[in-house]
Amino acid sequence: MTQEFILETHGLTKQFRGFTAVDDVNLQVREGHIHALIGPNGAGKTTVFNLLTKFLSPTRGEIHYRGKSITRMKANEIARMGLVRSFQISAVFGHMTALENVRVALQRPIGTSFHFWKSERTLEPLNVRALELLDEVGLRDDADVLTVEMPYGRKRALEVATTLAMEPTLMLLDEPTQGMGAEDVDRIVELIRRVAKGRTVLMVEHNLSVVSRLCDRITVLARGAVLAEGDYATVSADPRVREAYMGSEAEAEEVGA
Amino acid sequence: MVNTQTVTPALARARRANLRRNAFYLALIAMGLVAPLAVYPVFLMKVLCFALFACAFNLLLGYAGLLSFGHAAFLATGGYVTGYLLSSYPALTPEMGIITGTVAAVALGVIFGALSIRRQGIYFAMVTLALAQLMFFFYIQAPFTGGEDGLHGVPRGQLFGIISLRSNLAMYYFVFAVFLLGFALIQRTIHSPFGQVLKAIRENEPRAVSLGYNVDAYKLVAFVISAGLAGLAGSTKTVVFQLASLTDAHWHMSGEVILMTLLGGVGTLFGPLAGAGLVVSLQHLLAQSPLGNWVSPILGLIFVVCVLSFRSGIVGEIQKMYRKNFK
Repeated sequence: MTQEFILETHGLTKQFRGFTAVDDVNLQVREGHIHALIGPNGAGKTTVFNLLTKFLSPTRGEIHYRGKSITRMKANEIARMGLVRSFQISAVFGHMTALENVRVALQRPIGTSFHFWKSERTLEPLNVRALELLDEVGLRDDADVLTVEMPYGRKRALEVATTLAMEPTLMLLDEPTQGMGAEDVDRIVELIRRVAKGRTVLMVEHNLSVVSRLCDRITVLARGAVLAEGDYATVSADPRVREAYMGSEAEAEEVGA
Repeated sequence: MVNTQTVTPALARARRANLRRNAFYLALIAMGLVAPLAVYPVFLMKVLCFALFACAFNLLLGYAGLLSFGHAAFLATGGYVTGYLLSSYPALTPEMGIITGTVAAVALGVIFGALSIRRQGIYFAMVTLALAQLMFFFYIQAPFTGGEDGLHGVPRGQLFGIISLRSNLAMYYFVFAVFLLGFALIQRTIHSPFGQVLKAIRENEPRAVSLGYNVDAYKLVAFVISAGLAGLAGSTKTVVFQLASLTDAHWHMSGEVILMTLLGGVGTLFGPLAGAGLVVSLQHLLAQSPLGNWVSPILGLIFVVCVLSFRSGIVGEIQKMYRKNFK
């Protein structure tokens, strides 16, 4: 029995000292979908994202994961339930090798993570699985490379491998293609498509071409509230969405010039 | 038991490096064993006690990224508890006194840690400083510490009830053994499954959270280990000098251990040892010279030079040079 919606929010609201960053958002993410959260700058996407991943607590509202409330749980607890996030700026452990990065994600379930009296060689049996995961994202040859020395695109791939090590049911990706060249973007899009099989993905994304290529369903946020929802064709045809985007993009261009 | 397929070239390289490292350790241990024949043992013991203290501090700052400004409290607690017990109960053997002192420091570490670990950066430093100051004023007032005078004439006693520690040479080898034990524990902690998580937390805390780790619990364990080892250093020092005094509880001491660690090289295994050796030697030499009153300014000046021009500390800079020339 699969539930229809793996993640739901009811009246999710976040206020910062009187400023309402997220206003009464009702979000429903269907199991197996790649769902995108888009919107112009300052729409509250990242705040919603941080609320869902428990890096922020909501002022009001409820978050349900597989029908169970996670509103009052801690960030590390929901990660253990299979709701695993990535970060806007590639989140890797710089002074550890790629293999060690993945292994850190694998080692918690074996229950020796507090054992300061054991040798780290006791973790070597995990290397097999870690290498498999690196292979999956095309980084097997980089297993022993110190992560700080990797190019940006590979760091992002490594982050995906580390996230996969958690065996996530729901992956939350925060702007996975941010700051990438076109070639890397294609690679990451392919990677997301591949790892999304059998999983649910919710992503915040700026790049609309990525969204159009990948996503089954799109929620558009503007000024902290849901402006529109639907598939890419529906959303992109919506005049309100066009207005919100055009407005902000024209502004962005002015600022840029 | 290790699957050979999983031994990557880098792992093989790491194992060769391990062999080299072991040879280096053996050489150092041999040096430690013959050192008292050439150098005054009491001086060496002072270096070793402070080196252990600095190593404990370095575990926290260098490997967990937590800057404690209150480590004097653990050094002093170890010292006072051991000093009081050994003075009051002559039947107690020194190792029992030291163990109890260490346990007291561990207990204090749990309390301090629980109160401070949720704070970040400068706030963490300030909370630990405030708590340590609280302990300082407690030790001034408490009846068992001898107040401003401190505890004098703490008996060294007989190790395990059989080996007299009255001779400085016997005492030295005991202190050397304690230091090795503490050092080995730190080395193991860093290279353990726990050490891996600690490293991950230091590198990127939000990411460690998102991988399901309760990061505060890991930091707390590191804090308690560090506090316990600082207590062990204080307890041992009290037995060596037969003295426990307020100097150890003063915030100057918390500052001095930071100085030693940074001078030697924070986040390096041998940095604190080098730093402690340098600071204790300078204090010793300057105290005998006409510059006796200028110890603090001179150390301060060295510290400024260190921070401005060689930030990785003595051992850190040597490692950098080594990497540049041999890789």
